[in-house]
Amino acid sequence: MVKNMKVNCLIIGAGISGVSIAYNLAKKGMTGIHVVDKGYFTNGATGRCGAGIRQQWATEMNCILAKRSIEFFEHAKEILEYEGNLEFKQEGYLILATSKEEHDQFTKNVKLQNSLGIPSKQVNKEEALKIVPHLNPDSFYSATFCQTDGHLNPFKMTEAYYLAAKKLGVTFSFHEEVKSIDVLDHQIKRVHTNKEVYETERVVNAAGGYSHEIGMMAGINIPVYAENHEILATEPVEKMQGPMVMSFSKNIYCQQVPHGAFLMGRSHKGVLHNHNVESTWEFLDHMSKTLVDIMPKVAELRVVRQWGGSYNMSPDRQPILGDTEELKGFYMACGFSGHGFMLAPMTGLLLSEVILGEKPSIDMETLHINRFKNQDQIDQEKSVV
Amino acid sequence: MRKEDIIICRCEDVTLKQIHDYLEKGYTSFEDLKRLLRVGMGPCQANTCGHLIQREIAKFTHTSVEEVPVHKVRPLVMGVPLKKIAEADGEKHES
Repeated sequence: MVKNMKVNCLIIGAGISGVSIAYNLAKKGMTGIHVVDKGYFTNGATGRCGAGIRQQWATEMNCILAKRSIEFFEHAKEILEYEGNLEFKQEGYLILATSKEEHDQFTKNVKLQNSLGIPSKQVNKEEALKIVPHLNPDSFYSATFCQTDGHLNPFKMTEAYYLAAKKLGVTFSFHEEVKSIDVLDHQIKRVHTNKEVYETERVVNAAGGYSHEIGMMAGINIPVYAENHEILATEPVEKMQGPMVMSFSKNIYCQQVPHGAFLMGRSHKGVLHNHNVESTWEFLDHMSKTLVDIMPKVAELRVVRQWGGSYNMSPDRQPILGDTEELKGFYMACGFSGHGFMLAPMTGLLLSEVILGEKPSIDMETLHINRFKNQDQIDQEKSVV
Repeated sequence: MRKEDIIICRCEDVTLKQIHDYLEKGYTSFEDLKRLLRVGMGPCQANTCGHLIQREIAKFTHTSVEEVPVHKVRPLVMGVPLKKIAEADGEKHES
């Protein structure tokens, strides 16, 4: 009979959210932190994401989380003492408005962003073409641009947190899957995996696409689900595009990463709610046509590979962060709806504060799971692909 | 020949030395190495380096080559079943 492992905090999921929470907790002095992940390093959404970081959002909370996260990314290499290259660049996001209605919505978005200290601005067609000359001028109406948005390598960023957390004593096990969670008198007691049994009073659900399933194991019905979002990479070429080009109405985001390849993704209407992450030719078909429309020059590049990854969707497309009233010791960092990578520094900081009973750095009540109990007060994020 | 002069992945210029260094760090599957070194991400999609790296992983982990999982094959290198094309319907998404 193997003896049960005793840990102070078990984090489920070693993606960017899990490693950031682990690092922040350890930095604040917590010991006995263990992280389990069912797959290999960055097998989930983090390693499948579009590698973009932006602050141009339509809800106040997303703006604040993103802005403060970018402030961390700007110094992440030094803070985490990472020897590798994070491939961080701040060459902006150019978001296209394709109609007068979208332009008017963006005017409101930029006003909100500016009020929170985000240096975004609305630009006309001529100005947008100066930023990205190969845009088809007939494909859009106007745009917004924020110089301090940009790119970061998801694998390297995760490794940086992972190594820094390990240095602070956090332990990790990969290829280990959580199977059940024991609860007694509304308190977390134990977690069973396919390899171990953990005695613990604190569990963090940072399971990305599997957050709903982990919630159900603890008896908490989190209103999130997984859906496949596809993406592709082209052959690498000489630098020809600084910013990420994005359009909600055309359903595309597309950037050239420092390596030289272009990454581009889009969502698929009517995609099933499940854990499928396979590639479809429909995606390739729609993507190629959208690209020929807005950036015909980029459409001349060869596709090298395509893949898929799970978005963990929440009802208002904003993350669910914090504890629950129903179950003591159960914490959530899920429902990022495709944006968990870029918000991870704040996810880690806020969760560590909640878990340790400290006053949160920002008022995060509107991100608590309780917000769904009063549906009419939800601030819906619309700036999403 | 020095390990730093032996190119294992020709698409991304990854050397045998880098492969060995990352195996030592604990990244012992092709999927791990791919994400940190870019092996298999280039135009040949691991057609050149796949078997070579599989062999290095086998040596390092003291397993037989057959037991080392091969990398995930991604489109467009992969053949497309005719059925998938025939079934396709612009707006419907089959998993």
